[in-house]
Amino acid sequence: MSDNTKIKIGKGSGTQSPIEVPWSGIRIGEECTGAEIMMRALYQEDVKTIFGYPGGAIMPVFDALYTYTQKKEPWFDFVLVRHEQAAAHSAEGYSRVSGNVGVAIVTSGPGATNTLTGVADAMMDSTPIVVVAGQVGVKALGTDAFQEVDLVGLAQPISKWSYQIRRPEDVAWAVSRAFYIARSGRPGPVVLDFTRSAQTGKCKWEPSKVDSVRSYQPYPKLNIKAVKDAAQIINNAKKPLALVGQGVELGGAQKELREFLEKGDIPAGRTLLGLSALPSDHPLDVGMLGMHGNYAPNVKEQECDVLIAIGMRFSDRVTGRLDTYAKQAKVIHLDIDPTEIDKNVKTDVAVLADCKESLPALTNLIRKADHKEWIDSFKPLWQKETDQVIEPSIHPTEGPLLMGEVVNAVAEATNGEAVLVNDVGENQMFSARYFKYKRSRSIVTSGGAGTMGFGLPAAIGATFGAPDRTICMFSGDGGFQMSIQELGTIMERQAPVKMIILNNNYLGNVRQWQDLMFNHRRSFTRMLNPRYEDIARGYNIPYDVATERKDLAAKIDKMLKTDGPFLLEVAVKEDENIQPMTPPGKSVDEMMLHLDI
Amino acid sequence: MKKDIADTFAENHDGQTLYTLLVYSENIAGVLNQVTAVFTRRQVNIESLNVSASSINGIHKYTITCWSTEEQIVKITKAIEKKIDVVKADFYTDDELFIHEEGLFKISTPRLLEDPEISRCIRHHDGRMMEVNPTYTTVLLAGLTDEVTHLYSEFKRFGCLLQYTRSGRIALTRSTEDPVVKMLEGTDNG
Repeated sequence: MSDNTKIKIGKGSGTQSPIEVPWSGIRIGEECTGAEIMMRALYQEDVKTIFGYPGGAIMPVFDALYTYTQKKEPWFDFVLVRHEQAAAHSAEGYSRVSGNVGVAIVTSGPGATNTLTGVADAMMDSTPIVVVAGQVGVKALGTDAFQEVDLVGLAQPISKWSYQIRRPEDVAWAVSRAFYIARSGRPGPVVLDFTRSAQTGKCKWEPSKVDSVRSYQPYPKLNIKAVKDAAQIINNAKKPLALVGQGVELGGAQKELREFLEKGDIPAGRTLLGLSALPSDHPLDVGMLGMHGNYAPNVKEQECDVLIAIGMRFSDRVTGRLDTYAKQAKVIHLDIDPTEIDKNVKTDVAVLADCKESLPALTNLIRKADHKEWIDSFKPLWQKETDQVIEPSIHPTEGPLLMGEVVNAVAEATNGEAVLVNDVGENQMFSARYFKYKRSRSIVTSGGAGTMGFGLPAAIGATFGAPDRTICMFSGDGGFQMSIQELGTIMERQAPVKMIILNNNYLGNVRQWQDLMFNHRRSFTRMLNPRYEDIARGYNIPYDVATERKDLAAKIDKMLKTDGPFLLEVAVKEDENIQPMTPPGKSVDEMMLHLDI
Repeated sequence: MKKDIADTFAENHDGQTLYTLLVYSENIAGVLNQVTAVFTRRQVNIESLNVSASSINGIHKYTITCWSTEEQIVKITKAIEKKIDVVKADFYTDDELFIHEEGLFKISTPRLLEDPEISRCIRHHDGRMMEVNPTYTTVLLAGLTDEVTHLYSEFKRFGCLLQYTRSGRIALTRSTEDPVVKMLEGTDNG
């Protein structure tokens, strides 16, 4: 059979598409190893970048990978991370900024289990990644062979799909199915457990393209009656409030969202993961939702008459106390995932579909409205937060540097064009609150899982996923040290991550909770830090430190103007609290602007 | 104190209903694990579980019973159906299904011969004696859960029970055809 042949192949006649084989020199039907087929299958899925780490049970795959990365025109850019967990987080960061499926390849046993935090993180935050892990040969399965672990069993509860490849004949199908599942519907992580015998075994290569799975309906059919019911409720609303989540970004429906909001004149709060679904300066944006979000949208959730949730999942961090949450409002929920409907908040009308489809359908049926009075009622609350929290946080005039002012200074210097990647803790909340978002896919954060150590590797991934954008990574001193080894990856690849360590010598968020709820008993949250300057020097990464307010802007400017990576350490106030805060177990309108601790 | 199986069944399930879930999945290793994990995560005990090949080639059918509220069972069913290789999951109450279970009892033959009430009880329950030897007698009872557990309690009361086991529930819906058959018509797994 000749190259570039369009053929119909695969296991199921009704489930796969004809395939163009676009590359020359490779023939369909030729005999090759499972590892070689893996490379071809990844290439066919348009994979450009792979993050990973080699090891015994994945060596045949790395051997095949060597061929395709050493070609004159390499098929893949392989990024050698320094820890497998970082491979998964880098794949997440890559995916979140690019919209493509992130890929990680690791070895069996500990290599595979090291990725599981990233897999769980990707599941919580609907991030499409495919992790390919080595596994012992089929004959050794179940014998407690060296570096054998039941990866499928471990990964099943925290992944969208996990599958063990036992025969080379199944490689092309499994990879194609994995990518289809990872990227379709509500995206998520897929784990492929690749036995060594399937890697080394040979068969005739036949490409595969899965484009449906009969037991899986990723795109619910839009129910027009539900849309009409939702439109009727919205048309009768006097105080509508939209809650915008990451589903808008995942569906690529930013334009459709703006059209819907503008026609209905509906104010919108954004979840942590949905922060860049709507530009920060949009007139209908009323701020960030959640425990440490903005005051106005939190309070107004308890006052609106219609709540329109768009691609968000009513996480406990958004709703606060559930039994008092938005009880006065009719709830409309637009989501692609049926399990999210009525999971936490009882819905009056559910519109199941990709919001790229449901939003225009709804926009067509709603009347052009004017809710000026309602929207204006947010302003005094905003003013109150601005005066009492925001201004003192971003423009302090005395005392040590504050996290908010550092974030604000970086946001202003990058003019809202940069991508924010953050770690977990106070640094995450401060940076999410005070960064500015002009473009979509501009925030990469560990929302659901809250994975400390996420920031640095995710930022590395983001530099490969969006090479034309500035990647600013904020981390605390605690989270940074959880992935500090990835400075090696940054050094080797000169990944242009602008790293900002907000160093307060504390695990700040836990310290804040200890002060608030455990009577200031600061149990093991004080942290002795290394000399980051020496560490940066060891990795040959440009470094500077800001300790004085007067130097901050210049140091940020230096960081942004330096080609390649840069580590900026900022010595911030040790016991600054992230405010406002809805304390655990409280209603969202009980949000406290100031914590009395 | 050790709980008796009949007590477990008769436990206080205030506000809860015994639901039967019918789940259809691809015949792929590990699906059962995923299905049961949904119950584990929500702290719901599975009362009975039966898994077998269905009438559709390559599709397995699970019949699962559990006590739950309606709100909870809706969430459980959705979470099961979300699993990639699960084709369909639905929940039913007993009045929506044809139900069948079996109990197998080994009782002491000397006690059986000694107390004529025991054989009257077996006849009353429509039990079938499958095997009789001088040491023990095996009794099979087909019926609903409470009929099987009731006979169990009776044998315990007579002090003749040597061994006992109960099958998982199997069930058919009252509709004329299996909806999953139509759903899968002309499809092949991708």
